[in-house]
Amino acid sequence: MAEKYTPGTHPDLPPPKNLVGPAAWIRDNLFSGPVNSIMTLFCLYLLWVIVPPLVNWLFLNADWIGTSRDDCSKEGACWVFIDVWMRQLMYGRYPAEEIWRINLSYILVVLTALPLFFKAVPSKVKGALAGVLLIVYPIVFFYLYVGGSFGLEFVETPRWGGLFLTLVIAVTGIVASLPLGIVLALGRRSEMPVVKSLCVVFIEFWRGIPLITVLFMASVMFPLFVPEDLSPDKLVRALVGVALFSSAYMAEVIRGGLQAIPKGQYEAAAAMGLSYWKSMLLVILPQALKMVIPGIVNTFIGLFKDTTLVLIIGLFDLLGMAQAAATNTDWLGFTIEGYVFAAFGFFVFCFAMSRYSQRLERALDTGHK
Amino acid sequence: MKLIKTTAIAIATAATASAALAGPVMDKIISQGHVQCGVSQGLPGFSNPDANGDWSGIDVDLCRGVAAAILGDADAVKYSPLSAKERFTALQSGEIDVLSRNTTWTATRDTALGLNFAGVMFYDGQGFMVRKDLGVDSALELDGASVCTNQGTTTELNMADFFRANGMSYEPVVFEKADEVVAAYDAGRCDVYTTDTSGLAAQRTKLADPGAHKVLPEVISKEPLGPVVAHGDDQLLDAVKWTIYAMLEAEEMGLTSKNIKNKAAVDTNPAVQRFVGNEGSLGEGLGLSADWAYNIVSQVGNYAELYEKNITPIELPRGVNSLWTQGGLMYAMPLR
Repeated sequence: MAEKYTPGTHPDLPPPKNLVGPAAWIRDNLFSGPVNSIMTLFCLYLLWVIVPPLVNWLFLNADWIGTSRDDCSKEGACWVFIDVWMRQLMYGRYPAEEIWRINLSYILVVLTALPLFFKAVPSKVKGALAGVLLIVYPIVFFYLYVGGSFGLEFVETPRWGGLFLTLVIAVTGIVASLPLGIVLALGRRSEMPVVKSLCVVFIEFWRGIPLITVLFMASVMFPLFVPEDLSPDKLVRALVGVALFSSAYMAEVIRGGLQAIPKGQYEAAAAMGLSYWKSMLLVILPQALKMVIPGIVNTFIGLFKDTTLVLIIGLFDLLGMAQAAATNTDWLGFTIEGYVFAAFGFFVFCFAMSRYSQRLERALDTGHK
Repeated sequence: MKLIKTTAIAIATAATASAALAGPVMDKIISQGHVQCGVSQGLPGFSNPDANGDWSGIDVDLCRGVAAAILGDADAVKYSPLSAKERFTALQSGEIDVLSRNTTWTATRDTALGLNFAGVMFYDGQGFMVRKDLGVDSALELDGASVCTNQGTTTELNMADFFRANGMSYEPVVFEKADEVVAAYDAGRCDVYTTDTSGLAAQRTKLADPGAHKVLPEVISKEPLGPVVAHGDDQLLDAVKWTIYAMLEAEEMGLTSKNIKNKAAVDTNPAVQRFVGNEGSLGEGLGLSADWAYNIVSQVGNYAELYEKNITPIELPRGVNSLWTQGGLMYAMPLR
């Protein structure tokens, strides 16, 4: 070939046909050798076995419209079950005429959080909005959900449930655990022996026991120790337990970030005459937190899924509600639909958190990679 | 300081209240205006949430009956769904007033745990379900069978005892959750499915072809399920106990939620007149209003009505839960 053209006159020929296009991609990636070819065929076979029945069950043979189990054939999924129980899956046994309170809070959160995603919004506004989200809303929503004041009807917590309860527990845990975790992490690295040992004991204690034990202690043991009038609501006890538990994990994640900051940064902050808190807040923590975003979000996602454990103390979260619905004598035997729906719900939230964390990492990336 | 003071007051009030006529829990129920009732998180026929957000089931109806007797309003109940592990603590700590959660009456629970069983709402017991085409008519013919059941429950132990006592061999196939057990049995991984008969009946509706299976006559364990109250309030114990008896007595006398109003007015039978509170002083002795039993039956129903509403949908025949006059174990002490 080479002798056909004199040097420098080589024309721009297209690459050989067998090196580009889908066929080449398939050959290079899927059938590059005997082992890969067998693996590919095996995987195709697996997909062939699994996917068509799954699609049939989920969509094609599924029943979507109706009001009772008689509207469901047994061939596919019975989404009528989910439809009929939708209100309970979303809000638990919260009174129907009061559900607007929950929806109002969802709308407020979305409206307040939305500007945070736009670069054009000035950072001072963003800071104010974040303050509203993290400090004002929890207080406002507490009164909104519980009621009993401002002319709102009182709704006792055993009526809370479904996705609403899952979110209440998860968001409380998340919002409380980050600041607590930061304080604990700083405390653990403190040079003051009392502070340090207190933080070490706290973290090791809460990390050393399983969440299920924490919930049991909160629900079963705690009421035996304190007089009945002083014992807080079961949900509150569970919330405090979850928050303390997750803050211990959060503390260790953040401590990892603190230790990754070069010593020079600490010294530089000190050399500028910054006080301890100023050097932490202005120099160390912004860098440390940014580095451990994956770890923080990992803890959040873990916590979100761990909220299903509240089932064992008689609270009906999304999963618990789906299970309880399938014990109704009119709807026996629809547990699989309930589980699939709950899995879908959890996936949506966990996946969203994961994507958001990746976005945050890219936005805050300043070249440490 | 405040804690000490409150504790002292709590102890003092508890001490004086128990000396008074009405029990402390009874007083609490009347002052708060509702019965706080512990129920299960979902057991078909006994207590489960319905699509409107209310609770239904025979355990739930007992709570409603107690509320009707004490407060005159069957709807004055608040429910605390409890897991099996936390149910007794909830009662001991005063978080709930009455526990009506398919709880088996055993000696330990009745004594050492500081609880009182008020009676039996439902006689349950462990049974066996098999495919009809297996051609087995008795559990004693199950030698060599593979048996599906739940892991780590008394069911598993009862089964082991039963097979050993009868000199039969068996192959246990155990699973963690009831749904898995049913799925395995339905898929033919075992010949027999064993759990409480109420559970068998409820799970049977989940099978692909419920008609192809049958429950064998042998019941190998005693599981009397009934409501529980804590020690220290005999008046409440009486109220719950006689709520059950009133439901049974109403069935025996043919009083239903539909006809009791009419019968109270026209029936000349002295037993009926005593029951509805027009004669005698039954309510006085219980510390309840004269029409306590009337309220139970008119607002909740008699035992047969409860059974038909809650248990019949899971296709469980009355069996031992029939009235004593029909060969069952349900026997109300005389209301007089």
